[in-house]
Amino acid sequence: MAQNIAVKVDDLTVAYNYKPVLWDIDLEIPEGVLMAIVGPNGAGKSTLIKAILGILPPIAGSVTIYGKPYKKQRSLVAYVPQKGSVDWDFPTTALDVVMMGTYGSLGWIKRPRQKEKKAALEALEKVGMLAFKSRQISQLSGGQQQRIFLARALVQNASIYFMDEPFQGVDATTEIAIINILKELRKAGKTVIVVHHDLQTVPEYFDWVTFLNVKKIATGPVKDIFNDDNLTKTYGINYKVSIQE
Amino acid sequence: MNSAQIEIQLIASLVAIACAIPGTFLVLRKMAMISDAISHAILPGLVVGFFITQDLNSPLLILLAAVTGLITVVMVEQIQKTGLVKEDTAIGLVFPALFSIGVILIAKNANDVHLDVDAVLLGELAFAPFDRLIISGTDVGPKSLWVIGTILTITVGLLIAFFKELKVSTFDAGLSASLGFSPVIIHYGLMSVASVTTVGAFDAVGAILVVALMIAPAATAYLLTTNLMKMLLLSILFGVFSAIAGYWMAHALDASIAGSITTMLGLLFLMVYLFAPSKGVIAVLYKEKQQRIEVSLITFLLHLKNHSEKRERHVNHLREHINWQKVRAKTVLELALKNNMIVIDKNIVSLTEKGDEFTSQAIDYIITNEDAQIEDMKDDFFLFRG
Amino acid sequence: MNLNEYFSLVFSDYTLRTITLGTAILGAVCGMLGSFAVLRKQSLLGDAISHAALPGIAIAFLITGAKDTNTLLLGALVSGLIGTFWIKGITSKTHLKSDTALGLILSLFFGFGMLLLTFIQKQPNANQAGLDKYLFGQAATLVESDVWLMASVTGLCLFVILLFWKEFKMLLFDPDYTKTLGFNTRIIDILITSFIVLAIVLGLQTVGVVLMSAMLLAPAAAARQWTNSLSTMVILASIIGALSGVFGTAISASQNNLSTGPVIVLVASVFVLFSFIFSPSRGLLFRQWRFIKNRRDLEQHKTLAFMYHIAKTHDNISHPHTIKILNNFQGFTRGTLQKLVKKNYVELEGNMWSLTDEGFKTASNLYNQQSNE
Repeated sequence: MAQNIAVKVDDLTVAYNYKPVLWDIDLEIPEGVLMAIVGPNGAGKSTLIKAILGILPPIAGSVTIYGKPYKKQRSLVAYVPQKGSVDWDFPTTALDVVMMGTYGSLGWIKRPRQKEKKAALEALEKVGMLAFKSRQISQLSGGQQQRIFLARALVQNASIYFMDEPFQGVDATTEIAIINILKELRKAGKTVIVVHHDLQTVPEYFDWVTFLNVKKIATGPVKDIFNDDNLTKTYGINYKVSIQE
Repeated sequence: MNSAQIEIQLIASLVAIACAIPGTFLVLRKMAMISDAISHAILPGLVVGFFITQDLNSPLLILLAAVTGLITVVMVEQIQKTGLVKEDTAIGLVFPALFSIGVILIAKNANDVHLDVDAVLLGELAFAPFDRLIISGTDVGPKSLWVIGTILTITVGLLIAFFKELKVSTFDAGLSASLGFSPVIIHYGLMSVASVTTVGAFDAVGAILVVALMIAPAATAYLLTTNLMKMLLLSILFGVFSAIAGYWMAHALDASIAGSITTMLGLLFLMVYLFAPSKGVIAVLYKEKQQRIEVSLITFLLHLKNHSEKRERHVNHLREHINWQKVRAKTVLELALKNNMIVIDKNIVSLTEKGDEFTSQAIDYIITNEDAQIEDMKDDFFLFRG
Repeated sequence: MNLNEYFSLVFSDYTLRTITLGTAILGAVCGMLGSFAVLRKQSLLGDAISHAALPGIAIAFLITGAKDTNTLLLGALVSGLIGTFWIKGITSKTHLKSDTALGLILSLFFGFGMLLLTFIQKQPNANQAGLDKYLFGQAATLVESDVWLMASVTGLCLFVILLFWKEFKMLLFDPDYTKTLGFNTRIIDILITSFIVLAIVLGLQTVGVVLMSAMLLAPAAAARQWTNSLSTMVILASIIGALSGVFGTAISASQNNLSTGPVIVLVASVFVLFSFIFSPSRGLLFRQWRFIKNRRDLEQHKTLAFMYHIAKTHDNISHPHTIKILNNFQGFTRGTLQKLVKKNYVELEGNMWSLTDEGFKTASNLYNQQSNE
């Protein structure tokens, strides 16, 4: 494929307390794909994203974004953490959280101004949450909280989006809203990488998939590699999903 | 040694044992700070009890103060339940408030109450032998000895009777509930014992030392064993040792006995913290270094197994491509060679049969989440460790 | 001196003014930094740090032999920081949990400190008289230079908070995300922790080692109940802290024999209690009231839905029915019926009721909404 490589991971190894959780991962993610990372619990899916983003230090290996080291390309990357990773009782509003997406481009000390606020409001509108901008974040439903997180990443106006389980614990409406936004991003030429749990929806939502279980099992277009063989290799003996339907 | 000195050491040792038993369970149940809260919060109960009974060793006073301790636990839990503040904030709000009430009550009634704030914090172990229990004219020993002895007897009795229940509910609350032991009853049972012990020990050793005697021996023992029975025995041993050694240190320095005992506990903990065979800091740092090299080695072997192309297996690739900064590639390469895992031919590295087998097994264990097996495997395969 | 005298003298009397200003500033800075501690779930760290500061005071005295506040507080700062780092060492290098680490450092350092204090008291040359004020605090010992020190630290702290407001807020809410935006989270973390330690040390002379942590927590916990904005919370916590300081000092100064620490803590606790109960959005009182109101609404809806089902079977929805048939239905009371009448959903005539058009519409909407969910 003559596409640009958006993210390239070489020999990435990560260990928690010197117990390896990801081993020697090589991965090339072409520009403009909507990719799911799937694998059983404890397979290191979130760890992979966190290691790529430099939240966890790897033992070995390197990550490049469009051919340059990640640290120099930070502004091209946006991150949507797991919803459960923060305290939603924190005294702040939906708009405030979304504004945080602009802090990276602002850098140290500089305050957000009208321009940043406008960008945040636009992102809120895009995820259908404009009406909730002054709500305290604990008063939002799980799905709404997830949309706020998505809006915060949209404000970053990045080329590559990493999302950790964005569909976990959200209502059906939000799930559809989110996937529509993700597809829109792809249409705009962005690359989206999603840690995903629900195997049933992989063929419907994504065009690219990576199977992960401590090692990389397979990566490629969904239509080529999303099959029982790879699922069995990833999830253990005779794992079958009725993807034929 | 005169009889007063023997009695002081005896009281201190009994207090240490009585504290070590509930302390072990508090540490294991991640409730160490609750003991801090209880020890501070019983003060108002103690003062009010003293107004009523005029006797610090009266059973009624001990009961009253212990109930204050239980109320503290309930209050903390109720505040947590409202969700208005986080769990640790709830503890941090309740006990200073109750303790302040206690201190103010003492200060306002300083003339009537034979209690002063120093005694509250430090106890008056040195004076304990002078308050004797007289039964029908016969002197049977210091009152505090009888008080703490009674509490200890009850605690040991409860421990023996409910050891199994305590053990199960501490390590697996779900299982214990399904076996029919109510975790709630065991929880409040433990809290009651902790409260009563705190009150009983308070008079002798003061508020802060009670906390030290509950937590420090258990935490020290925790670094030395994983067996509950051994942990209990070690905690008791550390407690008694510090009590006696602390007494003599105080004697030598002419300083507070309670402070000296705590300092001994601290020194003991520091020693174990640094030098414990497998969980001490030095052992951990050494093990971490070893693990770092060995994980790197396994990573390296896996890389060789994954890649057949020569470019990826060139010696220099280690430095350039895998991008190791933390561990020198040379160390890893040498270790692999020493263990006969690899052969180097014209700067191209290949796995030996042994290396191949080792790597395959390691992957299997990691994917099936049985990482513990890797340590056994290392023993089987490695001639030299990292 | 009684309270009235205190407040009439506070502006004219030099000593009183100094003390009051000192406790007010202390309360403000504690409230400010306490908000961060509470939101970081480090509420009990303050308790450990303040207890850990005691041996530092004693050692500073043993070395210099002076009672100079600044020297002693420097000692407190050093030993507080050692305690903080040891706690981090215990939790990161051993399997001991953080609560055990906190309890350990707290009790061991304090015990050691008390050993040193009692040792100092027995020294023949001891001009030790000032040292035990650090246990429960004695605001009366504050002098002008102490207040200046407090004021400058508070000013510095305010400046740093304003400068790095955005960074602090983001780190408190979502540290991982902050890292991905390229901020060095360790620097922000060290900045916040050092200021918390500094505030605690600053308060030791006034509030004392034993109760200092409450000074940090209580204003923040109270302020949190009144607002959902971080900036308002910090400001409110400072105000509550300052008020607790002033009232606490006033009460303790107007009585004999009362240390300032416990009184200030009690005043702050009263603020907390009041906030827990009476805060309009989170408070327990209003929560209970809303709960009762919701239950009443639910009963009303149930009655309306029941009527709707009966009315539906008739062509004319306003066909009257006897009240008696409502008695078969459990949620029904005279009260709910009256309320429905008041809302014009139902008309009453003698013993007969009938649904109005409006009532019918509302009931059918109610029904649709429920089946949609």
